[in-house]
Amino acid sequence: MATAIKVNELPKTEVPAAQRPAPKMSARKVNLWYGQKQALFDVDLDVAKNSVVALIGPSGCGKSTFLRCLNRMNDTIDGCRTQGDIRLDDRDIYDRSVDVVQLRRQVGMVFQKPNPFPKSIYENVAYGPRIHGLAANKAEFDEIVETSLKGAGLWNEVADRLSQPGNSLSGGQQQRLCIARAIAVAPDVILMDEPCSALDPIATAKIEELIDELRQHFTICIVTHNMQQAARVSQKTAFFHLGKLIEFGDTDQIFTNPKQQMTQDYITGRFG
Amino acid sequence: MYTLAIILVMAAGAFLFSRQRAWALAGGRSSALHSRPSYHGWHAALLSGGPAILLVVLWFLFASPIVGAIVTAGLPEVVRSQPPGTLQFFMQDVQRLAAGLPLGREASPEAIEAADAYARAMLAGNWVFGVLGVLLAGWLGWLAYRKVDPQFRARNRVERWTDYILLSAAAVSVLITAGIVFSVLFESLRFFSMVSPIEFFFGLNWSPQTAIRADQVGSSGSFGAVPLITGTLLITCIAIFVAGPIGIMAAIWLSQYAPRRVRDVAKPLMEVLAGIPTVVYGFFAALTVAPFIRRVGEALGLNVASESALAAGMVMGIMIIPFVSSLSDDAIKAVPTALRDGSYGLGATKAETIQRVILPAALPGIIAGFLLAVSRAIGETMIVVMAAGLAANLTVNPFAAVTTVTVQIVTLLVGDQEFDSAKTLAAFALGLFLFAITLVLNVIALYILQRFRERYD
Repeated sequence: MATAIKVNELPKTEVPAAQRPAPKMSARKVNLWYGQKQALFDVDLDVAKNSVVALIGPSGCGKSTFLRCLNRMNDTIDGCRTQGDIRLDDRDIYDRSVDVVQLRRQVGMVFQKPNPFPKSIYENVAYGPRIHGLAANKAEFDEIVETSLKGAGLWNEVADRLSQPGNSLSGGQQQRLCIARAIAVAPDVILMDEPCSALDPIATAKIEELIDELRQHFTICIVTHNMQQAARVSQKTAFFHLGKLIEFGDTDQIFTNPKQQMTQDYITGRFG
Repeated sequence: MYTLAIILVMAAGAFLFSRQRAWALAGGRSSALHSRPSYHGWHAALLSGGPAILLVVLWFLFASPIVGAIVTAGLPEVVRSQPPGTLQFFMQDVQRLAAGLPLGREASPEAIEAADAYARAMLAGNWVFGVLGVLLAGWLGWLAYRKVDPQFRARNRVERWTDYILLSAAAVSVLITAGIVFSVLFESLRFFSMVSPIEFFFGLNWSPQTAIRADQVGSSGSFGAVPLITGTLLITCIAIFVAGPIGIMAAIWLSQYAPRRVRDVAKPLMEVLAGIPTVVYGFFAALTVAPFIRRVGEALGLNVASESALAAGMVMGIMIIPFVSSLSDDAIKAVPTALRDGSYGLGATKAETIQRVILPAALPGIIAGFLLAVSRAIGETMIVVMAAGLAANLTVNPFAAVTTVTVQIVTLLVGDQEFDSAKTLAAFALGLFLFAITLVLNVIALYILQRFRERYD
């Protein structure tokens, strides 16, 4: 399996810790409870700027929960309590002064199941810019919609039917529409929660290509059940098990030479 | 009655014996049987009870026409040759006498004789069919008992029986609805043979006084339903203006903002509004709201009737708030969480999400709820009878007294009436019209709801 893995190149030279650029997002000692049940235990994780971090692990291991901590989506769930320190550009996102709405503009999200709004393709993409007042007139909206759809690799397929409803598209197109919708507000970070799990292999390949391109402009954190996908698209991989972060490291190291026995067992398919 | 009880006991016996026999044949292992023992029991019970009960019930239903016909055929020629109407009266007397009810006047000897014959025939019929039913139950029960066998597919039979029983229950309700529609339809046709449909649907004047005697004065009768329809629409519109905003906003608050615990208390409390008898709403409207509106109106220098459309409409609006809020709440909650999350994930606020994503997605459901509430309001009677008045004014002034279709139906039919004058028949025409309107509204609402369900997944 190791030979099949294509790893995206990152500068391999070791930089002394003091000179290393601060991570885009960093999490320290994150604990989370759903009511009485603890779902995350002391998770520490850094996401470097313009890189892709993959979160892998068996179902119910807390990887999606952790992802949703990064833009405080868990706030919408009743009885969910988060503890710890999560920083975006060195600013605590759980601080009282932080406006959740502003935070989610900076940290966008793409969900497991494509969830276009029951509106036209155009309106789906223009939704974010509209509520954040990012465009002043029709021409500016048009431009944002076009660049976002191009960024999501969907423009050529939908340019002539922007007024059709978003859910008339195929599953893969819908998911790319959701990505276009997310990048239309020009976020810093995009969180993707198993974005390909509802898609066929061809649509999946397109999204994976897209993720690699998006890395130029955005920082990406992706949850996936598909280990080949993690290996293909990410630079760093984090392995979660039962709410704990078991191992976090460069993707090629995790997949070729894991330090933990549990990681080894999981990626070779012995459990999970 | 006794016959039915005996048949039921026999069916229960057939159940127990057949189940017992099935157990015995299986040697205590129900896996040796095609169907479990209780299915054999049910098969026997249904086979023995079903046809027998049907026979007895049919006899009860058709006994009096059958016996009546037999007795009529046996009447002396003098009586039988009377005109049909008189003969009918005669037979009614006979039935009353046979049942031992007082006639209120001296009965003719022919009638007493016929009543005796009637009672005898009835008794004989009861005996014959009672015994027949019991024998049928016993015979079929015995057949079913003999049929118990490990190979016998009792389960399939019982399932088919269940199918028929459920089907007949559904058929009864459909048939009754159809019966009501047709009875109203035929009476309406009689009405339209006296009053032209053009006058009814386009006439602007409603004063349904018809002459009972030919020489009566001032009772020409005019049947223009337009004032009633505008009155109904006026009151319904007021009700919707009250219930629409309050209901929808309450639904939004309940589904999106209210903390769980508050919601669990508040929602049932709001639905209590739907459980208040409309008569109570009626006197609330007539005794509290109407005088209040009148006082306020007078303070503002307006001329308000003591029975105003506004009072009735407002109270009716209060009554249908739970319909609107409950159905809107369901529609809002049916919007997938994925859509809500998608909007939050883009940095939308709660209000933006509700306004731009949730409400548009829930709109068909909300509209359907609205239409159901409207059809409820149009058909509402008690509140308007008590609060809106009887004056058939053609007006859109909410402070004036108006009347509605339902109120007029009530007033047309209250008291001693004869059922062949245009006055009383007009009630049927109005009823049919009302029924058609609410039917159309309901169909539209259901259609919208169905479209709406296909939207997701």
